[in-house]
Amino acid sequence: MPLDSKITIQRWTGLSVGVAVAVAAVFVILVVGPSFLSGTALDRLTVLFIYVCLAAMWNALAGYGGMISAGQQAFFGLGGYLAIRLSEWGVEPYLALVAAALLAGLAALPISAIVLRLRAGEFAIGMWVVAEVVRLLVNLDPIIQGDTGRSLIALSAFDAAQRRDFTYWIALGSMSVMLAVIFFMLRSRLGSSIQAIRDNEEAAASVGVKVAATKRIIFMTAAVGCALAGGLWLATFTTFQPRSFFSIQWSAYMIFMVLVGGIGRFEGPILGAIIFFFIELWFGSAGVWYLIVLGLTALVFSLFLPKGIWGYVEDRFHVLLLPVGYRVRT
Amino acid sequence: MNFIGGIIDGVLLGGYYAMIACGLSFMFGVMRIINLAHGALAIVAAFGLWIIADRWEYDPFLALIIVLPVMGVIGWVLQRGVLERSARSGELIPILSTFGLAIVLENGLFEYFGADVRSLAPYVGSLSYDSFDIGGSYIGELAILTFVAAILLLGGLQLFLTYTPLGRQIRATAEDPDTVELVGVNSRFVNSVAAAIALVTVGLAGLFLGLRTNFDPYSGSLQLIFAFEAAVIGGTGSLWGTLRGGIVLGVAQTLGANIHPEGFLLAGHGVFLLILVGRLYISGPTLQTFLRSKIGGVFRAS
Repeated sequence: MPLDSKITIQRWTGLSVGVAVAVAAVFVILVVGPSFLSGTALDRLTVLFIYVCLAAMWNALAGYGGMISAGQQAFFGLGGYLAIRLSEWGVEPYLALVAAALLAGLAALPISAIVLRLRAGEFAIGMWVVAEVVRLLVNLDPIIQGDTGRSLIALSAFDAAQRRDFTYWIALGSMSVMLAVIFFMLRSRLGSSIQAIRDNEEAAASVGVKVAATKRIIFMTAAVGCALAGGLWLATFTTFQPRSFFSIQWSAYMIFMVLVGGIGRFEGPILGAIIFFFIELWFGSAGVWYLIVLGLTALVFSLFLPKGIWGYVEDRFHVLLLPVGYRVRT
Repeated sequence: MNFIGGIIDGVLLGGYYAMIACGLSFMFGVMRIINLAHGALAIVAAFGLWIIADRWEYDPFLALIIVLPVMGVIGWVLQRGVLERSARSGELIPILSTFGLAIVLENGLFEYFGADVRSLAPYVGSLSYDSFDIGGSYIGELAILTFVAAILLLGGLQLFLTYTPLGRQIRATAEDPDTVELVGVNSRFVNSVAAAIALVTVGLAGLFLGLRTNFDPYSGSLQLIFAFEAAVIGGTGSLWGTLRGGIVLGVAQTLGANIHPEGFLLAGHGVFLLILVGRLYISGPTLQTFLRSKIGGVFRAS
C-alpha cells in the first residue's frame, strides 16, 4: 500500500448508523411499553434490563479495563441496602434507589484505592474479599435483621400496577443511561486509554496514560451501574436479604453473560444478557443443573471461544453495529 | 476471655491456613495462575474422604492413600485440559475458566451430596475433641496435629524444591519457562507436575478442613478467600511466609470472634486489607511483583 494513498479513519459505517436509528426506535417503543404490554411482560423486561446493565458494567471493567472482578456483588448489594437505608430515613423510595447508586459509586472511591493496585487474579479475589466485608458490615445494621432481611416497605404506598410501571421505566432509563455512558466513554480518549492499560499497563503509562485515574473512572462507573441494578432488583422483588444480594452468583451471571456474548465488545454483553435471560426463563427451574450448565458453558467458552459469540461474528463478518473503535479505510 | 488461649488457638489455626494457602501460592509461583477453583477442589477432596470413610468405614487418614493420588491426577488433568489452554488466550482467561470450573464443581457436589453439612470428625474416634491441659487452657490435639502436619508439608516441599532434580526444574520453570526449554527441560511436563503437587496439598488441606469443621458443597469459596489472604499476608522470604500469613490470619480471627459474633470473619478480612494497604503504599510495587519476589525468594533460598 503506497503511503500517499488516501487513508481515512472511519468511526461510523452505514450499517452502524442504521443500527443506531433502530436502537432509538426500539427505545421509543420500550418507553411506551406499559401502554400495550402485559404485567408479566413488563416484569420480565425489567429483569432483562437489569441483566443488560450488569453485563455491560462487568464488560466495561473486564473487557475494556482488564479488571476481572469476582466481587461486583459488593455494589449490587450495596445499592439494595442503601436504598433501604435511605428509605427508612424518609427518602421517597424511587429517589432513594437512584441516590443509593450514587452513594455506592462514592463508596467505590476508597475501595478503588486498595483493589486497583492488584493485578489479574489478585484483583478478582481481592474484590471477592471486599464483597464479603461489605456484606458483613451491612449485616451489622440492625434494620437488616441478619439474614432475615428487610423489605422496601415504602413501596407499598404505590398500587401494584403503578409500581410495576415505575420500576420498569426506571430500569429502562438506568440501562439506557449506563449503556450511553459506557458507549461515549469508550469512544472518547478515555476509551483508548483504558484499552491501552488492559493490554499493557506499563507501556500505557510510558506513553502518558494516567493509569490510576483512568481505571478509577471505569471502576466507579461500574460500581454505580451495579448498584443501580441492585436497587432495581430490590424494587422488583421488594425484600433485601444480604445472602442473596451479596451472593457470588451475581458474579457468575455477569461472567456468563459477558463471556458468552463477547468480552471486550460493546454489543457482546447485550447479546449475552438476552441469551442468559431466555436460558433462565426456560431452564431456571432446573435448579442446580441449571447452574452446572451455566458454569460449564462459561468454562467451555473460555477454553474454545474466548471472544464469545459476538467476537466470533465480528471477526468473521467484520460488522460493527455500535462502533466504539476506529477503522482504517484506504 | 482467655486471651492467651485465643492466641494459641489462632496460631494453630494458622497451620491449617498455611496448608490450604501453600497450593494456591505454589501454583501462582510456577504457572502465574490464580486458581479460583482452589477452594472448591479442597471440598471435592473432603467429600472424597468422607465418602470413603462413610461407605467403606476407612479411617480418613488411611483414605488419603486413595484421595491424594486422585487429587494429583486431577491436578495434572486440570493443567493439561484447562489451565494450559486458557493461559494461551492471555492472563485473564484462566481466571474465568477456573471460576466456571468452581461453579461446576460446587453445584455438581450439591447435586450429588445435597445440602447437608458433613464432617470427617466422627470417623476418627475422639481425636477431634481430645485436648491437652496446659496450665489451665485446653489445647485441642487435632489443632496441634494440623499444625505439625503443616510444618511437615511446608518443610517437605522446601526440601523437594531445593534438593531434587525435579524440584530444580520447577524452580527454573517458575523463573523463565521459555529459557528452560533451551536447556532441555520440558516445561509443559514440569508445569503439569507442579499442578499435580499443588492439588495433592489441596487434598491434604481437605482432610484437615473436614476434621476441623463442618463443610457443605459451597464451603469452598471461603476456603479460597482464606488461602488467598494467608498467602498475601505471608510476606517475603520463603515458603514459610504462608505459615506466618496463616498464623496472623488465624490469630486475628480467633481474637475477633471473642469480641463480636461477626468478628471472626471481619477481623480476618480487616487484617488482610490493612496489611495489603500497608504493603501497597509503603513498598510501592504492585502485588504481582511482590508475590513474584516472594516466590522467587522461595526458590532461591537454600
